[in-house]
Amino acid sequence: MSTTHVSKEHLEAPAAPPAPNRLKDLGRQLLGTRRVIVGLVLLALLALFAFLGPLLSGWEVGERDFTDMLAAPSPEHWMGTNETGQDIFTRTTAGLRKSLLIGLLVAVLTTGFAALVGSFAGYFGGLVDKGLMWVADLALVLPNFVILAILSTHFAGNGGWFVLVILLAVFSWMVTSKMVRGMTISLREREYIHAARFMGVPPHRIILRHILPNMSSLLIADATIMVSAAIIGETALSYFGLGVHARRQPRRRDRRRFAVRHHGWWMFAFPAMLLVVMVLAVNMIGDGLRDALDPSSKSRRS
Amino acid sequence: MSTDTVTTTDAPSTGRGDDAPVLEVTDLTVTFPGLNDTTDVYAVRGVSYAISRGEVLGIVGESGSGKSVSSMAAMGLLPDHARITGSVRLHGEEILGLDDRAMARKRGRVISMVFQDPLSGLTPVYTVGDQLAEAVLVHDPKTSRARARARAVELLELVGIPNPEQRYRSFPHEFSGGMRQRVMIAMAMANDPDVIICDEPTTALDVTIQAQILELLRTAQRETGAAIVMITHDLGVVAGFVDRVLVMYAGRPVEMGAVDEIYYSSRMPYTMGLLGAVPRMDLDRQGALVPIQGTPPSLSDLPPGCPFAPRCPIAQPECELAEPDLLPIGDQPSAEFIRAVHDGTPAPASAADDVHDTGVQRSACVRSGEIAENAWTARDIYPVPEIPDTPVSAVRRDDRAEMLRVAELIKHHPLTKGTVFRRRVGTVYAVDGIDFDIREGETLALVGESGCGKSSTLMQIMGLERPQGGTIEVMGQNTAGLSRSARFALRRDMQIVFQDPMSSLDPRMPVFDIIAEPLRTHGESPSEVTRRVYELIDLVGLNTEHATRFPAEFSGGQRQRVGIARALALEPKLLVLDEPVSALDVSIQAGVVNLLEELQARLGLAYLFVAHDLSVVRHIADRVAVMYLGRIVEIGDTHSIYTRPSHPYTQALLSAIPIPDPEKERARTHIVLDGDLPSPANPPTGCRFRTGARSSSHSPRTNRSSA
Amino acid sequence: MGKFLARRLLNYVVLIFLATSFAYLLAATNLHPRGYFEQMQPPPSPEAVNAQLDALNLNDQTPIAQRYVTWMSGVVVGDFGQTIQGGDVTEEMWMKAGVTLRLITVATILGSAVGIAVGAYAAVRQYRGFDKVSTAAAFFVLSVPTVVIALAVQVGANGINDLLGFQLLRYSGEYSAGFQGNGWELLLNRIHHAVLPTFVLAVALFAAFARYQRNMMLDVLGSDFVRTAMAKGLTRRAALFKHALRTALIPTITYFTFTFGALVSGATFTEKIYGWHGMGAWLIDSIFSQDVHVVAAVSWFMAITIMAASFLSDILYAWLDPRVRV
Repeated sequence: MSTTHVSKEHLEAPAAPPAPNRLKDLGRQLLGTRRVIVGLVLLALLALFAFLGPLLSGWEVGERDFTDMLAAPSPEHWMGTNETGQDIFTRTTAGLRKSLLIGLLVAVLTTGFAALVGSFAGYFGGLVDKGLMWVADLALVLPNFVILAILSTHFAGNGGWFVLVILLAVFSWMVTSKMVRGMTISLREREYIHAARFMGVPPHRIILRHILPNMSSLLIADATIMVSAAIIGETALSYFGLGVHARRQPRRRDRRRFAVRHHGWWMFAFPAMLLVVMVLAVNMIGDGLRDALDPSSKSRRS
Repeated sequence: MSTDTVTTTDAPSTGRGDDAPVLEVTDLTVTFPGLNDTTDVYAVRGVSYAISRGEVLGIVGESGSGKSVSSMAAMGLLPDHARITGSVRLHGEEILGLDDRAMARKRGRVISMVFQDPLSGLTPVYTVGDQLAEAVLVHDPKTSRARARARAVELLELVGIPNPEQRYRSFPHEFSGGMRQRVMIAMAMANDPDVIICDEPTTALDVTIQAQILELLRTAQRETGAAIVMITHDLGVVAGFVDRVLVMYAGRPVEMGAVDEIYYSSRMPYTMGLLGAVPRMDLDRQGALVPIQGTPPSLSDLPPGCPFAPRCPIAQPECELAEPDLLPIGDQPSAEFIRAVHDGTPAPASAADDVHDTGVQRSACVRSGEIAENAWTARDIYPVPEIPDTPVSAVRRDDRAEMLRVAELIKHHPLTKGTVFRRRVGTVYAVDGIDFDIREGETLALVGESGCGKSSTLMQIMGLERPQGGTIEVMGQNTAGLSRSARFALRRDMQIVFQDPMSSLDPRMPVFDIIAEPLRTHGESPSEVTRRVYELIDLVGLNTEHATRFPAEFSGGQRQRVGIARALALEPKLLVLDEPVSALDVSIQAGVVNLLEELQARLGLAYLFVAHDLSVVRHIADRVAVMYLGRIVEIGDTHSIYTRPSHPYTQALLSAIPIPDPEKERARTHIVLDGDLPSPANPPTGCRFRTGARSSSHSPRTNRSSA
Repeated sequence: MGKFLARRLLNYVVLIFLATSFAYLLAATNLHPRGYFEQMQPPPSPEAVNAQLDALNLNDQTPIAQRYVTWMSGVVVGDFGQTIQGGDVTEEMWMKAGVTLRLITVATILGSAVGIAVGAYAAVRQYRGFDKVSTAAAFFVLSVPTVVIALAVQVGANGINDLLGFQLLRYSGEYSAGFQGNGWELLLNRIHHAVLPTFVLAVALFAAFARYQRNMMLDVLGSDFVRTAMAKGLTRRAALFKHALRTALIPTITYFTFTFGALVSGATFTEKIYGWHGMGAWLIDSIFSQDVHVVAAVSWFMAITIMAASFLSDILYAWLDPRVRV
């Protein structure tokens, strides 16, 4: 809403202040919450680490140190090396970069898509509902792991991560969309929805302006869970050599990969720690956002 | 539960009878400590009362006055973090501070409780009978299951559940609200308690059901001889039911006395205002209601003086200095005395140290003596607004333009069963052929109990679609043939105000956006929207700074004003009011009713006023249509419907409404209908009122439109 | 009711058919069984490879539609074709399914029982110490990939074994290779091997259930019916246990059933890492060995379990909650 028109009104009705601006209010609210600030700072630090880390380390991503295989952290290898002599620090920064991109993007895409599908199905009901929910059921029974595993190897290489993002999103929206649908059905009978309909607000506006904002808590909670779910899915795929950077690995080596003697605690302790920090940061931001959007939340009242 | 027991010397139970009180509450306070950085909430601040066997005490107050919290504290039902001080004695034994196990032995056996909302009060996953038997078993584990079961069936029969043997196995959701409340009462009676606390037992029920439940409570009292504490906001319910009344405001008792004293010679401006604010079904031309300005104070941020002072029409500067104690009329300290105490002069021992309930009328107002001397009434001290006459009322009805005409309207919808395995099991005849019309500037009230089809009728009208059967004409246009754009344009002329001001406003939108929404939808320019929104905010009596706030920050009455402002934004000619005041407190309700009347006069609006509260209807409506099971059983002008109701259902409905006048109420004989409303899915043939289950003393007649 | 059920089952059959066909077509067009044979030592002649592929209905020179029809006509009568090594897929599938179901049944029961108890108690003690600790633990588990948990537990077990000097904790295989013993000893040996993978799966489930149950319990804690139960003379503890928990359990049990279906594929990593020859591990191996029929068969099995679980959860819900009951 522009405030330029309002200035004229001031002459007539000096008591009337300009129309309030919600976005600005929301932004101020968000930045005023400590949790959000901490979360944002943590995320920024992680991003910084992910993008600047490789420059600090003396090792390349694929490079092997044949003198130092499966070594514990040392001044040479800050986080140790794996069984093929690759530097864990370098690999961690590369992995973190991927996780940040994939986790956040998948979460946003999935939740957005689930919200739209669920709310349209719930609001319109009837055939639209039946059709959309049938598609959701189909997506649920499709063997997502098989599809991901087979298709992602196709797109290995540059830009492959984006295909993976899309694929991960395509297979994670169903349960959320069913929840959104259920909530929409109950919200649909609320009086303020009726009121909006009776004043002639078109359905898509009702969904976007009244229904979805009123389930923002659910959507935010879902998006934060989705961040870790996406990262977990991606990690699992890469672990089996099926992920973004997969090169077809000969089967003979495959067996050895799973032998426990070839793992050291440093190989997963550092990446796991970073992941926990990242998920924590996302949760903090989500929490703050939820409170900022919810006028009835306690921490909002001053 | 942290408790701080005031050790009291022997309670002087002077005044009434010589039997010791069964329940004696002395100087009870309840504080909910604020979590994190919120402030503490002082929910109850010094409540004292005593009640003997067979006595009925009414505790009256608006929402948030602490009336429920005080009785929950007495029952030991408050959460652990509540801080409770004072004393609660049951048969002289201090029960405040007993641990949960000891308290549980008292609950349900010596002191029991009936709650407000019977819909959520029973555990959904156990059968009604098992829950009732549990109440018996828990206090006497040695009883055999069969004995407990037999007792449960006996209790079900006692509270008037038909076929108790079979209904024992029913789940709560298979019972209607009235039946569930009967089960709750059976549960409270199960162990012959000495005190029954009823917390708004009839608020959620229809009037005819309310009459049944009140009758049942009388029976329960006769059967058990228990003392009853009746908590309610409805001054009508209390009038004919209780012996004494305690009025609460902002967590404190502000007046107490025998029921006649309170109703006919109240000495506290709040009580007086409350009584003046109730629309009266028994008065023909009541004039404007007495509104109490403002809203109750926040319980976490109380003013130092009398909490009612900011809203009181006769407040003096002294009222703001110290909170007056509940004292007999005329015993209040003088204004000079209060000033002296306030200024720090050592206070001589005042009469305030006797906090016990002595039975005489007492009031917490420094001017109570003055009020008594001058015999002031509400109309003397409260400014009553002038409401101008509707300009069109001079024109003959037949000559006025038709705003809405409904003819032979029908809405049937399928009745489905099961959530997981959904299937159709029948048809609900929600609206089954109704006719009425509304002329310019007039108010038609559509009256009926839940399930009678009022809401379905509204939804049909507001939808502006082609109805299933019959016709709807808005401003002379038949909705069946409307094009999309014509329908959109017609929406400007007809807007709706909903019942629940909480759920009718989007909680995530600030008030400005809520009121602006219809304007923006209909394509007003941003500057026009801004101008109009502030104009509307002013029109309904809100302040400019309210615009940026969210609905949750408002009281019920203010929210309803926002709802009215939104409905008026497009300058409609017809306003549909769906129970606009039934969710509001009495003092707030009066303000909204006055606002509606004033707006009608100023803007020449026509109202379709849907309500179940016949008192409000008599006050506001020109014409009344009584609906029962999807049909209009009687329609006519308000005066004749109320003075000469011809349909037996109308008669029963009118008779069921309690009047806030103890003498009249005691003298009245209520027509108490038997049983629940028949289901609109299975309406009786012929006259819908003619069912065996719902017989009254009257012979049914089949006239459908007897004005 | 009968008609309703029939329609629903038909819908499931259609969905499962579509999912399985999709998996088959995807695998048949993307996997490369010819490469599997060509890699063999010594390299077989192209004719031999073709003959092998034809025998298995895997020849990429046969039109995909024809291969699909041949395969599907087998599936209809319960024959999922042959593995790339020539074994019978259907037979092997039931064996592997047994392994997986054993693992996840025990793990779900353990994980959900502990999770429900912890979640419910945390809700009762909301914002107190127990609640905070359990919420933090659940959060931690949920944000760490299962793979990492599985590996960490394995490394930890290895460390403990090294420290003790004997194999207290087994972390590989379903039973010791070449183990000789009577039925009782074999059972003990199997249990010994099952402890760690079951634990890993149960931990992840515990976290999900604790969070879910805590939310459900919080919803009913303030309910009027809990207050009613107390008002008739139950202690707070009894009212919470008998009335609140019982009601809050319904959605959790529904959720439990639903999760069980998804777990067949969810257990993949645990199976693989702990060397269990279950469904998930089989699927991974088959992708690496270009085994089209196994991929399709596992996809079929997973679709079935997901559908069966969601159907069961609906029935359970209706059975447990009288409000939904017919």
